[in-house]
Amino acid sequence: MTTLLEPTRPAPHAADLPPRRHYLNDGYSVRSWLLTTDHKRIAILYLLSITFFFMIGGLAASVVRLDLTTPEADLVLTETFNKLFTAHGVIMVFFFLVPSIPAVLGNFLVPLMIGARDLAFPRLNLLSWYIYTLGGLFTLYALVAGGVDTGWTFYAPYSSTYSNTHVMATAVGIFITGFSSILTGLNFIVTIHKMRAPGLTWFRLPLFIWSSYATSIIMVLGTPVLAITLFLVGMERLLKIGIFDPKLGGDPVLFQHLFWFYSHPAVYIMILPSMGVVSEIVPCFCRKRPFGYAFIGFSSFAIAVFSFLVWGHHLFVSGQSVYAGLVFSALSYLVAIPSAIKVFNWTASLHKGTISFETPMLYALGFVGLFTMGGLTGLFVAALAVDVHVHDTYFIVAHFHYIMVGGAVMGYLGGIHFWWPKMTGRLYPEGWAKLSAILIFVGFNLTFFPQYILGYLGMPRRYHVYPEEFQVLNVMSTAGASILAVGYLFPLTYLLWSLRWGKIAPSNPWRAAGLEWQTSSPPPTENFAQTPVVRDEAYDYAKIDGQAPTAIYRSLPTEESSHG
Amino acid sequence: MADAHSIHAPSAPLSPSVPPSPSAPLSPSALAHQFDDLEQQHAADELGMWLFLATEVMFFGGMFLAYAIYRRQDEAAFAAASGKLDFWLGAINTAVLLCSSLTMVLAVHAAETAQRKPLIALLTLTMLLGTVFLGIKSYEYHHKYEIHLMPLAGLPFVWDEEGTSAGHAQMFFNLYFLMTGVHALHMLIGLGVMATLLVKACRGGLLGEFAAPVNISGLYWHFVDIVWVFLFPFLYLVRV
Amino acid sequence: MSQTRPTIRTFVIVFVTLLLLLAVTVEAARHDLGQWNFAVATLIAAAKALLIILFFMHVRHSAPLTRLVVSAGFFWLAIMFALSLTDYGTRGWLPAM
Repeated sequence: MTTLLEPTRPAPHAADLPPRRHYLNDGYSVRSWLLTTDHKRIAILYLLSITFFFMIGGLAASVVRLDLTTPEADLVLTETFNKLFTAHGVIMVFFFLVPSIPAVLGNFLVPLMIGARDLAFPRLNLLSWYIYTLGGLFTLYALVAGGVDTGWTFYAPYSSTYSNTHVMATAVGIFITGFSSILTGLNFIVTIHKMRAPGLTWFRLPLFIWSSYATSIIMVLGTPVLAITLFLVGMERLLKIGIFDPKLGGDPVLFQHLFWFYSHPAVYIMILPSMGVVSEIVPCFCRKRPFGYAFIGFSSFAIAVFSFLVWGHHLFVSGQSVYAGLVFSALSYLVAIPSAIKVFNWTASLHKGTISFETPMLYALGFVGLFTMGGLTGLFVAALAVDVHVHDTYFIVAHFHYIMVGGAVMGYLGGIHFWWPKMTGRLYPEGWAKLSAILIFVGFNLTFFPQYILGYLGMPRRYHVYPEEFQVLNVMSTAGASILAVGYLFPLTYLLWSLRWGKIAPSNPWRAAGLEWQTSSPPPTENFAQTPVVRDEAYDYAKIDGQAPTAIYRSLPTEESSHG
Repeated sequence: MADAHSIHAPSAPLSPSVPPSPSAPLSPSALAHQFDDLEQQHAADELGMWLFLATEVMFFGGMFLAYAIYRRQDEAAFAAASGKLDFWLGAINTAVLLCSSLTMVLAVHAAETAQRKPLIALLTLTMLLGTVFLGIKSYEYHHKYEIHLMPLAGLPFVWDEEGTSAGHAQMFFNLYFLMTGVHALHMLIGLGVMATLLVKACRGGLLGEFAAPVNISGLYWHFVDIVWVFLFPFLYLVRV
Repeated sequence: MSQTRPTIRTFVIVFVTLLLLLAVTVEAARHDLGQWNFAVATLIAAAKALLIILFFMHVRHSAPLTRLVVSAGFFWLAIMFALSLTDYGTRGWLPAM
């Protein structure tokens, strides 16, 4: 099947062109943006903020990788090196990955996908962005004032007692930003329960909604525990309340229990939305319903629940009881099952599909492959005996980067490309986009595959110097990182370029299923002229492809007769 | 998950001049633009507050976990330390908060049945009781400071019970101040919310179909009460 | 919203019950019940909490979804406690290596 964006398509239907007033030009003042309650504008505000933080986090990683090109500590001081990898972790986890898809794509799409005018609590949504920004400012201050060197994991007693870097400011920043996460999740859950359009039953919902809901459960129930953990560290630093102080009978491992109780489910906050994006892209570019829709949907909930049962696998070598280790190891194997179900179902969806390789599909397929690799190595480390050897080595670093970057970030980029026409009314240049996707894929693998080997051979993580025999692999990794960095700059450039010079997008350039495609690109502020009534099953691509392009709109009154 | 509020009849085309429902008053309605009717809005508001309370359960829960683990380690020290707290003040404070929960739920009732004066009186009473609670807590904190059982910010901690670990006793007081301190912070926020409600009530608001904020705030107030209901036995009534 | 609106009488009865339970707690604390001290105090506190949740917070008349959210909060807390105890409850089981 040829690319859907070629000029041989029939000219856009008159109803297809962007409306004269849509959410982007509905008021140009700074006030109309900074005081907006429109979920679509808030999504754009988040898009700007997280892109900013992504660049800072990426910069930190670049310096780390540059220094690691040589075995000696010759680029920055060791104290600085520690601050750089901490900054990279803190910023990428809390200020990029956790918000990314939920706050940008989720905010934009959830009301559209369910046929609502906005989220349940629009003002709370705006507050959520301001809270995120405030937290970000605290963390930026901490960076500028000299940084923090505890690692993004803030382990006690170093963070609570001994470190003399800006732990408080960073902890306060993350604490505040956590509420942004909680409010977003709360908003999504209430919206999805209470504001679905008539006829939109649970099993007609897009899988992106299922995964957004599951992600929201984790955000709501997990993030408060991070808040109290950081609060306790802050109190120990500020008021000398020795909660984790062994002299008073305190246990530093308790910090780890509390920290990872949130931070393990957090990694599922980071991956579930990406999985939802993939579940939207794959059916569209195979032109068929996803295989095992219900299984994919339920597996999102299973992941959300099981994710809370496995945090102890981060404590295998910390002094946790080995019996607890046994329990957590077994549970960690269980949590892999729903993820595997998704991978099987996406793969099965490809079978007998009419597959085309537009950019979103490239990212989605890249996701499936790289996430599988990262996930499988997770099974390696879930085994107690293996983890004893590879804990705190580059094997772990490679494992989670395969999932977070090869998985989550690629899913994010795939989603940005897939919904870019909807969000901006413009098409990006497909050639450059495909090139970038391939560049990112190659750069990514060159950066992180050598790290599996490095870790297996014994190179510890968070170390500034290493034995000379590891240099070749480190050089490969840095080379890959430079390709990856260039790869990321390309979308930044051409997506911005497309805003001014990109082709005007029709309302449904991909001929995709989903209510968000039934309104114009970009959508009007109120999303739909009339609340849609849903009568079709989800992902009814057979029906979409069996009909002429003009007949797939549901919300226009003349369409009643063309539907069965 | 069949939910009667989730699937609605299609709404009329959006037009600000069309009232949302025939029974709505022509003066500004309580209905927000993203909702189709008041029932949907109330259901959403309540679900939202309950989800927030679930986050609060997890927030306090972290401290309760620390408490549970450290108490298991040295119950004797915890019991000795707990004995230093004023049992009767704790009991009185519990009664004060239970009273305030009654006045709160009666305030919600008054708001929903559009009784302005009882609403104002009950909100005021609730605030008064909350203030009494914080007053008693302040007195307790001051007393602990005076007898050197406040191990905060480098202040001296003097433990004179032979046979029990001073370190573990200090840990008890760490937890005491942390848990009651965070609870008190939540009470203060609650008082702030009540004050806002009181101002609105005095201006004639929050009655009938506009009573939702009182109901939602009530849920928060009751939750803070429930936290104390657990704090009282866990902190004041530890016996070996 | 509730089908049957609870009356002021209901609220006052619940309140008196809560005060009675408080009196029981206070009395029980004056007697040494050995290992049952903690269990009794916790159970009474749980009973009070349940009364407040069911009656003052209207959960008795609430939609199933509300009850699910309430249960979820406590269930997740239980997860935190139970799995943490697999560590702290078993630390002494193996001799130090």
